[in-house]
Amino acid sequence: MAAPAPELISLTSANEISPTEVVTPRKKRRWRGQLGTVVPVVWITLVTLGALLAPWLNKVPGIRLLKYDKIVAKKGLTPSAKHWLGTDEIGRSILSRLIWGGRVALAVGIVSVLVALIVGGFIGLIAGYYRGKIELVLMTLASTILSFPALILVLSIVAFLGNNLRNIVAAIAIVAIPAFARQAYAVTLAVSQREYVMAARSLGAKNKRIIIREVLPNVILPLSAYALVITAVAIVAEGGLAFLGASVERPTPSWGTMINDGRKLLVSDPSIWHISMIPVACMFLTVLSLNLIGDRVRGLIDGKESKL
Amino acid sequence: MSLSSNGRETPLLEIQNVKTHFRTKRGVVRAVDGVSLTLERGRTLGVVGESGSGKSILVRSIMGLLPMRNIVREGSVRFDGTELLHLSRNDMRDYWGKEMAIIFQDPMTALNPVMKVGKQITEGLIRSLGMSKSDAFANAEKLMADVGIPEPTRRLNEYPHQLSGGMRQRVMIAVALAAGPRLLFADEPTTALDVTVQAQILDLLAAQQRDRNMSMILVTHDLGVVAGRSDDIAVMYAGRIVEKAPTRSLFANMKMPYTEALLRSIPRLDQPSHTRLQSISGLPPNLLVQSVGCRFAARCPYAVERCRVEEPALVESDVPGHFYACHYPVGSIEWQNAQDRLTTSSVVAGGH
Repeated sequence: MAAPAPELISLTSANEISPTEVVTPRKKRRWRGQLGTVVPVVWITLVTLGALLAPWLNKVPGIRLLKYDKIVAKKGLTPSAKHWLGTDEIGRSILSRLIWGGRVALAVGIVSVLVALIVGGFIGLIAGYYRGKIELVLMTLASTILSFPALILVLSIVAFLGNNLRNIVAAIAIVAIPAFARQAYAVTLAVSQREYVMAARSLGAKNKRIIIREVLPNVILPLSAYALVITAVAIVAEGGLAFLGASVERPTPSWGTMINDGRKLLVSDPSIWHISMIPVACMFLTVLSLNLIGDRVRGLIDGKESKL
Repeated sequence: MSLSSNGRETPLLEIQNVKTHFRTKRGVVRAVDGVSLTLERGRTLGVVGESGSGKSILVRSIMGLLPMRNIVREGSVRFDGTELLHLSRNDMRDYWGKEMAIIFQDPMTALNPVMKVGKQITEGLIRSLGMSKSDAFANAEKLMADVGIPEPTRRLNEYPHQLSGGMRQRVMIAVALAAGPRLLFADEPTTALDVTVQAQILDLLAAQQRDRNMSMILVTHDLGVVAGRSDDIAVMYAGRIVEKAPTRSLFANMKMPYTEALLRSIPRLDQPSHTRLQSISGLPPNLLVQSVGCRFAARCPYAVERCRVEEPALVESDVPGHFYACHYPVGSIEWQNAQDRLTTSSVVAGGH
């Protein structure tokens, strides 16, 4: 999906290099070359909107979003015009449950990643800029957390604190913090050595100002691209937790629990494969989209840097 | 302007026996090893030397810009009569930008890629001079015009990557000049630029220096760059000054074989085509090792036994103000003998 995209981009932009158009080639770039980005963005937007608005979607005329625990029809119905994605093992609408389940994915993917981005980014920035003892303490701490197997660590935190959404989000955030810290640390190390940092210092800027004005803007870009990838990992991690039975309590749906519950049936009755495979596809598309967008963002940042 | 006790004006910058050593895992690197210089107001000093001679470190050491860790700085740096060497970063901040500023070699890396040009210039004005934002922008526009950037208003709103290399260096100069420093360091300001732009930038620096009555230290590896643009030249080698003289005297009567070799390595237009360029064989010495004798001896074609065991002191020649550190300077009888020896041996070996 992503492979042919760069070629299309270069072809279209090559056609456009004529004196009159050279000023704004980006705006004139054709949609076709951007499909690899547009489709993922549309998908992520849909999932996000669905998840955010789920409690109110009922009130919009024409939309028939059912409560996730409402039994609406016979169990195990395959997709039809009435129930677009069919019904699950006890007759709940799979589409409705997917939309409700997006809330868990969103919480895990955005809240925990955002928390980890801020905390980890701060740790890495401080360690990479000040070096010395602060660096030693902070990065040793990060490496220590990183040395635990991630899933086991998440599982034990959730098992210890109890498996509600808040604890799952917290656990995933804790595990993601050192990853962000290391990434921010590496970028900060490089950026701090750049001459513009010394130039700012030579003009009398204080450390705090240099960090905020000179270093942070150059660290936040690669870190955000990284955050998109980690968002995908966090969503999968929730699926992993569900597999071990440590995700949110039923009947609250999450994509992970839906996959796991459907999987158990798959052994006895392969004809109702859609109960597990539809949430699988949903999670797959979401993760793929996030990675594609992340790639694109990284490409934009690199492009910006190579133009310097 | 401050006057010293004997009634003479104190020089703007006076550094004595400055040493800058880096403590590394493999030992102490003596990057700058006892340098003394004086710079009067409104004058330009050229500091010349090849890569690794310590010229950039010297400049950063004078400004106190080096990282604090694992560094030994010794000696004396007096700026307008005030000792700077032992000032903390906090106290140095009063000097940075307002009293002394630096232009770096590579405008690609010395401007922040994610900050608009206007912001980079006005930051210093707002912070160190306490200007209002609109005053600062008006000032920045004037600065941009001063450094020869067309359409300054539009350019202020652009990012560095939208400017050409020469333009970026002009912006760098504007940033450095913003707070009106009395001393400007230019660390190889033209090395990263297109040859066609180099002369423009150097002329611009000279013009701004004249208009603002600044002193300037121009660091370069190219004797040609400082030839017509500095009042004095100091030649550095392996962390030391090996020759220091008024520009005219240096070119008329160079004493140090290293300076001679540097000059010979510049291609000249009056030579016939296909003349082989002279290079200085070998590499600068390892600064980790405390050397014995003249530091240039290993690469000096005229070196004799004494050069390898006894380090020559910086002595004044018969021209006042012309110092050199060589036992057998260019033009001396011993140098003449060595020259003759070299010519005969190369004839015996079959010429060149």
